[in-house]
Amino acid sequence: MIPIPEVNLGGILPALVLCLAGLVVMMLGLFIRRGAVATAAVVSIAGVLIAAAANTPLRMMDKQAFAGLINLDAYTWFFNLLILISAGLTVLTSVRYLTDDGLDMYEYFVLLLFASAGMMFMVSANHLLIVFVGLETLSIAIYVLVGILPSSKKSKEAALKYLLLGAFSSAVFLYGAALLYGSAGSLGFPELAKYFKAGQISRMAYVGMGMVLVGFAFKVAAVPFHMWTPDVYEGAPAPLTGFMSVGVKAAAFAAFVRVFFQSMLPAQMNWIEIIWLLAALTMVLGNLAAIVQDNIKRMLAYSSIAHAGYLLIGMVAGKEAGPAGMLYYLLAYTFTNLGAFGVVALVGRKGEANVMIDDYRGLAKTNPFLALAMSIFLFSLAGIPPTAGFVGKFTIFSAAINAGYIWLVVIGVLTSAASVFYYFRVVMKMYMEVPETQPAELQFSPAMLLALGIALVGVLYIGVFPTNYLNLAALSVKPLF
Amino acid sequence: MVTLQHYLFLSAILFVLGAVGVMFRRNLIVILMSLELMLNAVNLTFIAFSRYLGSIEGQIFVLFVMVVAAAEVAVGLAVAVAVFRQKGTVDVNEINLMKW
Repeated sequence: MIPIPEVNLGGILPALVLCLAGLVVMMLGLFIRRGAVATAAVVSIAGVLIAAAANTPLRMMDKQAFAGLINLDAYTWFFNLLILISAGLTVLTSVRYLTDDGLDMYEYFVLLLFASAGMMFMVSANHLLIVFVGLETLSIAIYVLVGILPSSKKSKEAALKYLLLGAFSSAVFLYGAALLYGSAGSLGFPELAKYFKAGQISRMAYVGMGMVLVGFAFKVAAVPFHMWTPDVYEGAPAPLTGFMSVGVKAAAFAAFVRVFFQSMLPAQMNWIEIIWLLAALTMVLGNLAAIVQDNIKRMLAYSSIAHAGYLLIGMVAGKEAGPAGMLYYLLAYTFTNLGAFGVVALVGRKGEANVMIDDYRGLAKTNPFLALAMSIFLFSLAGIPPTAGFVGKFTIFSAAINAGYIWLVVIGVLTSAASVFYYFRVVMKMYMEVPETQPAELQFSPAMLLALGIALVGVLYIGVFPTNYLNLAALSVKPLF
Repeated sequence: MVTLQHYLFLSAILFVLGAVGVMFRRNLIVILMSLELMLNAVNLTFIAFSRYLGSIEGQIFVLFVMVVAAAEVAVGLAVAVAVFRQKGTVDVNEINLMKW
């Protein structure tokens, strides 16, 4: 008799709901001739909301499912929620973008939902196989999404570059996993943890660990594995760029932290130095390169690289405070960056004609609300109170100081001071300068207005009243330790 | 006698060959082939360890890698076709609208 393993689909219900919503959109798309985008968006939003409801029980759980392959705990709950927020906001910002460009493509939403489902598997993994499958599910969907603009050469080029480098990094990650498998005999996190705790770590395991680290560093766009980021962010459709900089990054960081803290903590002394270096390089290079950009999407791409550096500080700080700071930071960053990219999508207009920083000249005159919203998002990215970005940076930096990494914090503070320069340049252009030509009226769609409103409220609310959210973040990292 | 080390060395060599191919070859199709070579080198490592350790886990991993590699190469070729239609070339040096 072969024992039949207990199958409990309840735990992965949020991901299943998203997959189902994706399938429904796909079927509907076949039957609707015109206006498929609007229907697809409505179904996607419904899917995201139902998935969020299905996600709530996870908060109280702390167990494994599927023969120990999947973790159902508060950490999974937190990141599922984060992914759902970013997917929902991306759907809202995408509708008008697609219809303005005359792209009646429901496939966009299908792929977005499938990518989100992949991310959910990735954050809940308790085995490197699940990390890999989730990673690839999300990556392959995103490769297609990046190249989805039919007439844009940049979009195709970005898809190509992302695909080649993404597949390359996956191969490196896999080779690392294979070497770890050879050393530990299994790739489940509990087994890996047991192996690393036993203390007799082979050289092969160290190499494997390093290669897995490189694979993750690619996905979170840490210097020196960041080369793809500016090009891909520039070429991809603007709302999707927001999704990549937030959702994909959050999922990659979630798995990164889970793998290294849950299974490799005893070898911490060995990987922490490497991450220290990655964090320092990422902050310095990301911020310096952002200063010289004149395309706003490229600037935000380098800014997102720099933010990966700040997040890595949280990993270096370790204990519980570091990862908890990262969780809060990622939540703040989700609202901030999706809002900023929403504005970029809106100002960009048809075919992204206006994506230069100069195109923001005089925006405050023609569109005061939009200029104010963009300023608040940029303040939050720069880390200026009372926005959420400030509290995020503060918690991560203080965690690192408590852990004794003073120099890393010094680099962090100096580079974020430098970052104020390029964020404020955009604000200056919006408020102090006048446009050369009279720009056409910007058209808000209700969905875009809703998305910007949610992002704005999110940035300010969790920035002014951070206590609940900090507690939530601290609670969510408990299962890791 | 073929030992575990032989398999590991072979797969390491294949992996490095694939990586070098991705980095230095300029034809898109060849790059995609090199990526496949890297993934198959990983598969070989998994199988060798699986046999050596007497555990089935590595072989299951290989099945997943094969599925994912197939999906990835399908998307890769689709993107290559799309790029070729727009640019008339699959030379990655010519695909440089944006600076790296």
